[in-house]
Amino acid sequence: MAEAKEKDPLFSPKNRKLLSEPLVLNNPITVQVLGICSALAITVKLEPSVVMAISVIAIMGIANLIISIIRKLIPPRIRIIVMLTVISSLVVLTDQILEAFLYDVSKQLSVFVGLIITNCIIMGRLEAFASNNKPWPSFLDGIGNAFGYAWILVVVGFFRELLGSGEIYGYPLMEKLGMYQIGYVDNGLMILPPAALFIVGIIIWVHRGKNEELVDIS
Amino acid sequence: MENLFDIFIKAVFVENMIFAYFLGMCSYLAVSRTVETSTGLGLAVIFVLGITVPANYLINNFLLADGALGWLGSTFASIDLSFLSFIMFIAVIASMVQLVEMVIEKFSPSLYANLGIFLPLIAVNCAILGGSLFMQERSYNNITEATVFGLGSGAGWFLAIIAIAAIREKIRYSNVPPALRGLGITYIITGLMGIAFMAFMGIEL
Repeated sequence: MAEAKEKDPLFSPKNRKLLSEPLVLNNPITVQVLGICSALAITVKLEPSVVMAISVIAIMGIANLIISIIRKLIPPRIRIIVMLTVISSLVVLTDQILEAFLYDVSKQLSVFVGLIITNCIIMGRLEAFASNNKPWPSFLDGIGNAFGYAWILVVVGFFRELLGSGEIYGYPLMEKLGMYQIGYVDNGLMILPPAALFIVGIIIWVHRGKNEELVDIS
Repeated sequence: MENLFDIFIKAVFVENMIFAYFLGMCSYLAVSRTVETSTGLGLAVIFVLGITVPANYLINNFLLADGALGWLGSTFASIDLSFLSFIMFIAVIASMVQLVEMVIEKFSPSLYANLGIFLPLIAVNCAILGGSLFMQERSYNNITEATVFGLGSGAGWFLAIIAIAAIREKIRYSNVPPALRGLGITYIITGLMGIAFMAFMGIEL
């Protein structure tokens, strides 16, 4: 890079905003409505949620970077296929790594590692941002959005595991606190998929209650 | 014949893409503001699923599955390419979607304008890839069964998005707390509908 002087510093305010905005104000799950399927399906326990979150952060950063580098070479008519090829190669790689090092978790995630390919958060950001921005901002945008996705996933996973099976990351918290002796019962509904919808709905409620400008008038 | 009917009903109600597996939620939540656009998107999904599931069935059974290349001669019979299935399936799906996009743009510009960004996103609608992956997992006997399964899951998705769109059109007149309006209440309604659809789960066909 010869024109280093003209470039923005790596963490200029504009770039920092790319990283921080998706965390709250423009969160992919609660505001942009992207990447919901996996958020609902794998958040029964905290551990798969964390693994999934990390995989998505890695895949998204790299995919955004690659697409942004080759963005001028892709003919617009076939851009979707090119993007999907890049994403699915990364996903196959992640799938193999998970199977090699985290076999139990990869069994729990089952088809949902494969379904990262169709996680619309990745595709949506590639289409909306990486395909017409420079590599470094695209990379930050990818990481930022993935973190925005990750924290929702972890919060949902935390509540479902705590209320549904009385554990946190496999640690039997409710049992240690002696809650079962005084008549506490685990909420079976929290294990079932609809509970994830309720929790995300409540997160959105709180989130929009705090940020009035996001309230949907229609 | 009876068997095909069973597969269809099962795909629509018992194993509904949205309420039983939560696949295809993104476009389901984002496009379901009015019944009209939902109908368009729902039909597009039925169409794409009806094409891609049999296409991927052929690819899976004649190229990818263990021993599928046997028709090329005995030297190829031991090859197992199933690790390639993600990439192959998604390539078929993406090209089909591109095709549908061009056709709709040509013949119905108003629908094209309405669907906007969500038409390319059909390619990443998890329901479509999910349909192909379930087809692979359940190993149907012949291509007719696979086609019927594809159409059935499409119809189930169609049913779900029409239902939520109709409810959202009505709920606009209700007094929902401001912060819960729009997305929030839609999540909660979908959760309730999901619980209702669980009633079908016990049915054995």
